[in-house]
Amino acid sequence: MSEKIGVYICHCGLNIAKTVDCKALAEYASHLPNVAVARDYQFMCSNPGQEIIQNDIREMGLTRVVVASCSPLMHEPTFRRAVASAGLNPYLFQMANIREQCSWITQNRVLATERAKDIVRAAVMRVNFNEPLEVQKIPVNSNVLIVGGGITGIEAALQIADSGKKVYLVEKEPTIGGYMARFDKTFPTLDCAACILTPKMVSVEQHDNIELLTYSDVTDFSGYVGKFTAKIRKRPRYVDEDKCTGCGQCEEKCPLSVPSEFDCKLGKRKAIYRPFPQAVPNVPVIDREHCLYFTKGVCRVCEKFCAHHAIDFEQKEKYIEVPVGSAILATGFDLFDASRIREYGYGRLPNVITSIEFERLTHASGPTAGKIQLKNGKPPESVAIVHCVGSRDQNYNEHCSRVCCMYSLKSAHLVREKTDAKVYEFYIDMRAFGKGYEEFYKRVLHEDVTFIRGRVAEITNVARDPSEKGKLIVVAEDTLLGIVRRVPVDMVVLSVGLEPRKDAAQLARIFGISRSKDGFFLERHPKLAPVSTAAQGIYVAGSCQSPKDIPDCVAQGAAAAANVLSFADKGEIELEPTTAMINDEACSGCKICVGLCPYLAISFDESNNRAAITSVLCKGCGVCVAACPSGAIEQQNFTNKQLVTEIEAICSQDYGV
Amino acid sequence: MNKAYDKSTQVVCKALDIDLAELNDWNCCGASAYLSIHEMKAHLLSARNLVLAEKEKKDLVVVCPACLTTLTKTNHYLAEETRFKRTIDTALKAANLQYRGSVTVRHLLEVIVNEVGEQEVKARIKRKLSGLKVAPYYGCQLTRPFGEIDDKEFPVILDRLLTWIGVEPVDFPLKTKCCGGLLMMTNEDVALGLNRNLLDCAKQNGAECIVTICPLCHMNIETYQGDVNKMFGTDFKVPTLYFTQLMGLAFGFSRKELGIDEEMISSRPLLEKHFEVVG
Repeated sequence: MSEKIGVYICHCGLNIAKTVDCKALAEYASHLPNVAVARDYQFMCSNPGQEIIQNDIREMGLTRVVVASCSPLMHEPTFRRAVASAGLNPYLFQMANIREQCSWITQNRVLATERAKDIVRAAVMRVNFNEPLEVQKIPVNSNVLIVGGGITGIEAALQIADSGKKVYLVEKEPTIGGYMARFDKTFPTLDCAACILTPKMVSVEQHDNIELLTYSDVTDFSGYVGKFTAKIRKRPRYVDEDKCTGCGQCEEKCPLSVPSEFDCKLGKRKAIYRPFPQAVPNVPVIDREHCLYFTKGVCRVCEKFCAHHAIDFEQKEKYIEVPVGSAILATGFDLFDASRIREYGYGRLPNVITSIEFERLTHASGPTAGKIQLKNGKPPESVAIVHCVGSRDQNYNEHCSRVCCMYSLKSAHLVREKTDAKVYEFYIDMRAFGKGYEEFYKRVLHEDVTFIRGRVAEITNVARDPSEKGKLIVVAEDTLLGIVRRVPVDMVVLSVGLEPRKDAAQLARIFGISRSKDGFFLERHPKLAPVSTAAQGIYVAGSCQSPKDIPDCVAQGAAAAANVLSFADKGEIELEPTTAMINDEACSGCKICVGLCPYLAISFDESNNRAAITSVLCKGCGVCVAACPSGAIEQQNFTNKQLVTEIEAICSQDYGV
Repeated sequence: MNKAYDKSTQVVCKALDIDLAELNDWNCCGASAYLSIHEMKAHLLSARNLVLAEKEKKDLVVVCPACLTTLTKTNHYLAEETRFKRTIDTALKAANLQYRGSVTVRHLLEVIVNEVGEQEVKARIKRKLSGLKVAPYYGCQLTRPFGEIDDKEFPVILDRLLTWIGVEPVDFPLKTKCCGGLLMMTNEDVALGLNRNLLDCAKQNGAECIVTICPLCHMNIETYQGDVNKMFGTDFKVPTLYFTQLMGLAFGFSRKELGIDEEMISSRPLLEKHFEVVG
């Protein structure tokens, strides 16, 4: 039976038409075997473009369709939907990429047009052998796993829980709240971080649909979209969460004080502690490393004073398994370790501090009750704020951390507000891109802050003259004046950048997702699928994907929630049928494919000595197909017949015309 | 003065059972002014030395950080830059030479610390140097640009070695700052200012002498103190010793064997103050 093929050449505005002669290409295609019609149009992906194809299918009875346009990544689903709605099986459609693989890589119109002809010819010849395939539908568990209880995870959890779906929110710290809980004010509005965050934290705890698992982490994640199983490790708090009322007696009576991590070790906490008074859940945790009972076998004072018998020294690590249909990773970021830049003196010069330490200093409930002070307790007379510490620096991180310019401005404002100190901001470029940000920058400019454009070369305590004695001297090239400046100050705040979490690689492995070059989790598309990943059903949101400020984190948390709900609500999900199939007759039982499958989709059936593919797990990567020495595996829509025809056609110009 | 570096290096290596063999037919590494006038030719000079070392199947150990940097740079570029390698290869071929890239270039300080180690160094100590406070001066080229030996800005490798032999390295924040190098010839005022900073910082932090690992740093710091004093109205008289000289003293060698007393600012009063030095 001879096929009736429709070929459609897209101009993609000028993206293709500028280098490829689309008219000539359509004319060429119309003479290829079995081609019933060949047209060109400015934007095939637009509605009118799709209608042209649909009309031809209906009116001319096309049995195959080829669109020559962009890479299939973006618009293959678009055209498949278009042909399907005109009654043609979507897999009888073939896409030819004449943009990324042709028009964008040359300026030469003649050669580009010739190459486009080759590409279109290959697609036309191949599409003859395309077979109709049916999309598989599988049921979806509506439970959602969210990893990370910072502002992003909180937002996503509340959105999903409010829609009636069950959420498991896993947080590795004893409390949710993340970095935001440690901030005093937020830019550019200067509203108090706690005032906008803590109500949300409480809502999470009280929500019937959210199961909060703090002091826990995900150790394994298996299954496939719609039917995952998450294995979660609950570390022992040594405090019974059900019995504890959060009265705080234990903390008060605990005799041992140690530096508080939450306060960047600027303040103290007890060995039994809540990181901060508004912690959620409001249940303390015993720090096993310091607790006198665990280290020396004495004390147990907390146990004596707990009226509710909530202290349980026998608590053990617990593993639980929960079934979920999808997962959102919102694991956030790590701050750059400023001591790595030795010439900035962090860790060596006492009054060189990082921005997060500054946040704690200036926080109303921080170690100094909000007083900005030097290590000797005196207020600073001058403060330098150094931008881009560990960011935009090929020695450390190439990326811009995006939030530092704005939080540095906020720091400058707070110093001006709370002290009489002179403030110097050393910046490379001022990046005030968000809503109200530029206005905030203007405001700080008028608050008598000195802005010096220049990357800081070093911070030293070696004085050159008496005016520098006892000061920290910030050395930088002022690129506006073209001179080297030495500015003596009392305190230096290093605006440290944002980095991927130290355990990002491990987490990526557990969830089977990728990371970009900078180490952050990789999204499926930077613009059009920013919270999806290549793994279906697994989403990323917030600063684990790239550095982000609070508004962007909240937006991504909500976006990931919407993505999850779009299929959790439907109750089923469609799977691509382009999976690999094993021909039992030909399988020799060599097991080569079993070890190669990156998705663990191939098992081995010992009873009949054959490999078997679980099609819901198969992502259609084709590794097993290529590796099988018996040629027993074939991938749907990528059969040998289809691929060989395509290759033969691209190599030979003896078709039609 | 540089003879003292040579002498002390020889005796210390011998004591540490490091078998130093002078590279047969070696030439200048290409540092000094050559590098800024014709960079490729300078690298070619280095490349020839690398070839000679490869022929003898040996690694190159140098005591001068400028040699270290130039030779290491050449080695890096040859491994990483295809066009660079092609040019050098062609030039070497004219002399019937070929470099396969097997040589590692090392500074003696790093060899002693990483290969010989604390235990072996301490086992050879015959004389206590305790009480002597020194400013460990690395100069600009030991760790830069590659930072392979230690942190680029704040190395501690020399500090560590000095504590092994019992002297006390003081906090010396300018340890990798420039001594002026060849600027002493072309822009003396700037170079003298840089030296003033170094001397001032060493004194401020309680150092009684400066320990160097580089002959050029050593010369600038020691011989120009009079000029620094004249220009800035200071009265520096800080003795300067090579790290190998201090090691030699600790190992019990005589002043003469180590070239001590050849310096322009005598270290004799200082050494006598802290410990008896025979010979």
